[in-house]
Amino acid sequence: MVLDIYGFYDKMEQNNIMLSFKGDITSDLLTSILQIMEAKLDNFQEEPKIKKKVYNVLVECLQNLYHHMDDSTAGNDEKVRSAIFMIGKMDTYYNIITGNYIKNENIPNLKRLLDSINKLSKEELKEYYKEVLNNGEMSLKGGGGLGMIDIARKTGGKLNFDFTPVDQKYSFFSLNINVSQ
Amino acid sequence: MEAISIEGTPKTPTVNFDTDKGFLEIKGRSIPENSIEFYKPIVDLLEKYATKPQAATNVNIQLEYFNTSSSKCILDVFKKLEGINKNGSKVMINWYYEEDDEDMLEAGEDYQAIINVPFKMVQVVD
Repeated sequence: MVLDIYGFYDKMEQNNIMLSFKGDITSDLLTSILQIMEAKLDNFQEEPKIKKKVYNVLVECLQNLYHHMDDSTAGNDEKVRSAIFMIGKMDTYYNIITGNYIKNENIPNLKRLLDSINKLSKEELKEYYKEVLNNGEMSLKGGGGLGMIDIARKTGGKLNFDFTPVDQKYSFFSLNINVSQ
Repeated sequence: MEAISIEGTPKTPTVNFDTDKGFLEIKGRSIPENSIEFYKPIVDLLEKYATKPQAATNVNIQLEYFNTSSSKCILDVFKKLEGINKNGSKVMINWYYEEDDEDMLEAGEDYQAIINVPFKMVQVVD
């Protein structure tokens, strides 16, 4: 089978994808990606306020992937080592999409967290953030749900997410975030 | 006493901690994947400083970006400062934010609500 590269290209073009990556997420990779994105945001002459928001949300989204993959190194499972992300620039917003494998057994907890965040108002999110920051148990790598709360606070929108069943052990978790311009 | 002087990188802030002057400064970006490692020496030296602090301790926090992994570490720094303030050194935390950066102002106010130390919100105008 010949890879339909034009098909890929066209799809990305239609979705205004400015940057995409699939593979192992390393610290060095994130450093490079963030550098590239910062230069692009400067090129678009984005307002500093918007630039900071997009950059902040991007950091949290990408570091979520990084930490998730870090979690799974013990398993040394090829599937879990890989993730995807795409960043698109639409007319009125930036679109950040991430995708990674998740063990089926971990879905309920994550779903509960995201559903509860999506129910909160701006003020409630602020209180929840402070509560988790002050009392929440953080793992060595951070986390504790603070990243997701922060994304919801900064974007002011809902966290769109989905779990696509893959097999008995895994599903594919996708997160779709919009940052308004 | 000891001092800390760390130069900033694209992911970690510039840190100056002069225990003789009672001055701590953290500025730049704080977005490392693992923040605990980075902040540990600062928290450790604060603990030491707490045993013999200066009459006044001035703290400048001027961050362009910080991630949620850093936010917990920054809280740890502030908690140490809270203890130092309680034990007699007059602590003042100056939280700098850029004119249009509401998120950074709000982040400072979050800390102000949690930590019992005088905060000053300082707007930076370009």
